[in-house]
Amino acid sequence: MDLISILTLFVLAIFVGFEIITKVPPTLHTPLMSGSNAISGITIVGAILAAGAEGLAGESSLFLWLGLAAVIFATVNVVGGFMVTHRMLAMFQKK
Amino acid sequence: MQNIINVAYLVASILFIYGMKGLTHPRTAVRGNLTGATGMGLAMLAVLLDPGVEKYQWIIIGLLVGGSVGAVLAKRVEMTRMPELVALFNGFGGLASILVAGAAVYKPSIALPVGYTTAQYYQANIATAATGLIGGVTFFGSLVAFIKLAEIALGGSVRIPGKTVINALLVLGCIAFGVLLVMDPSNSLYYWGIVVLASILGVTLTVPIGGADMPVVIALLNSYSGLAAAATGFVLSNNVLIIAGSLVGASGLILTGIMCKAMNRSLTNVLFGAMAEGEIASADEVYAGKVKSTSADEISMLLDGVSRVVIVPGYGMAVAQAQHAVRDMANLLEAQGVEVEYAIHPVAGRMPGHMNVLLAEADVPYEKLLEMDQINPTLEQVDVAFVVGANDVVNPDARTNPDSPIAGMPIIDVDKCRTVVVIKRSLSPGFAGIPNPLFAMDNTLMFFADAKKAFQEISASIKENM
Repeated sequence: MDLISILTLFVLAIFVGFEIITKVPPTLHTPLMSGSNAISGITIVGAILAAGAEGLAGESSLFLWLGLAAVIFATVNVVGGFMVTHRMLAMFQKK
Repeated sequence: MQNIINVAYLVASILFIYGMKGLTHPRTAVRGNLTGATGMGLAMLAVLLDPGVEKYQWIIIGLLVGGSVGAVLAKRVEMTRMPELVALFNGFGGLASILVAGAAVYKPSIALPVGYTTAQYYQANIATAATGLIGGVTFFGSLVAFIKLAEIALGGSVRIPGKTVINALLVLGCIAFGVLLVMDPSNSLYYWGIVVLASILGVTLTVPIGGADMPVVIALLNSYSGLAAAATGFVLSNNVLIIAGSLVGASGLILTGIMCKAMNRSLTNVLFGAMAEGEIASADEVYAGKVKSTSADEISMLLDGVSRVVIVPGYGMAVAQAQHAVRDMANLLEAQGVEVEYAIHPVAGRMPGHMNVLLAEADVPYEKLLEMDQINPTLEQVDVAFVVGANDVVNPDARTNPDSPIAGMPIIDVDKCRTVVVIKRSLSPGFAGIPNPLFAMDNTLMFFADAKKAFQEISASIKENM
């Protein structure tokens, strides 16, 4: 993809973000934050690309360690984020 | 294959948009969160099919370790500890972005396709520098927020002399390393230089902010973690990272705006300024001889025959873990036909929506949690208002004294209630560091006690009198 289409995507996505989050009731401020925080763990896609790449002969394997660490931290972010959000929302719903 | 993967990324992006939209309405919030999680699962399945992914052992180990740590943290954490957990998860997202861009520095083929163009080359390198900067600020900023919220250290507002100059130098240093990195991306030292300076910047930006300003910072860091993911998306030219990251960046900014508005302060003021300077009356002048203290028995007598009670919680309720004791007293009153409601200030607590989460944990139905604007016009008809560990958000000076440092901040007008009971351990000031004339008012009674104990005693006393 060329730079212009990728920039277009970025700007439009920001606008979509502003449009969908308009009025948030205060009750949902924390769940919205932790839920969107889990979505920002999308970096996991990049982490998987890094940790799954094949090292070439004579190449430093440092990228693998960075990739592995990235997968771990991104997964904590994703799994923990969605689960904790679900736990909070379940409390709001049980009545 | 690449087409299938890209279609899956597109579907995942749509699921993220629906998920975030769902999270903004109480009825659809659970479904919204599950929709977001489904999108994430789909994006992860799709990337596993990427031809660049050739080995699976490290990925599986990482997923297992990270997944179990995340699950245990999410299951075990107490609701009162939620702000610091959210801050920590947020930081991990930023850290993951730093590590991914770092991996691409050592192995450019992760970021650049075979036969890449010059434009792609510059895009990836500039984005790598940006990821190091945003990721470093996000990770260390969140870490400092975590340390503050968990009350490990750095409590309150810590002064850093000359912080504006220091921050400006750090940003300039990051830009300088960024230029060097773009000119010679094979030198990984330039990348780590950016990360180190950005990390220091994350610390110097967050350390001076404390107390009641924390909800703003948490919301802002949330936004940064999204931008860090989007920047990583530019490194890898990956659609789903850019879309998901921008969505989070935008929603975090909106929340930040809501929090700033609730304090009548601009974002720059929260980030760079101290509280506004103003005429500060001394505590003695405000309180001397006018503060009346009370006891549980007196309060239970006061509650005899009332028809409307409002509870105003603040950070002190979270510290004392008093939400269940508060709810128990409310149940007793409701059994006697008293109408009990909760008035929630938008920045009460240390995280947006902090009080709502705690009270929901204690089974308080959310229809009883009223926003400031809803409850303020009706406060004159309230017989007794309980202020539980809140201070600056009920300080009438904000409304009546134009010289006050918090002048103009919207507050909950509890001083208009017939009687105000303030439950607080001492007369110590809140985050703004100013005395609160509410405590010295004729219709105010102070109950100096730990909030949890206080409500347990009041409940016991109500039962005795029944």
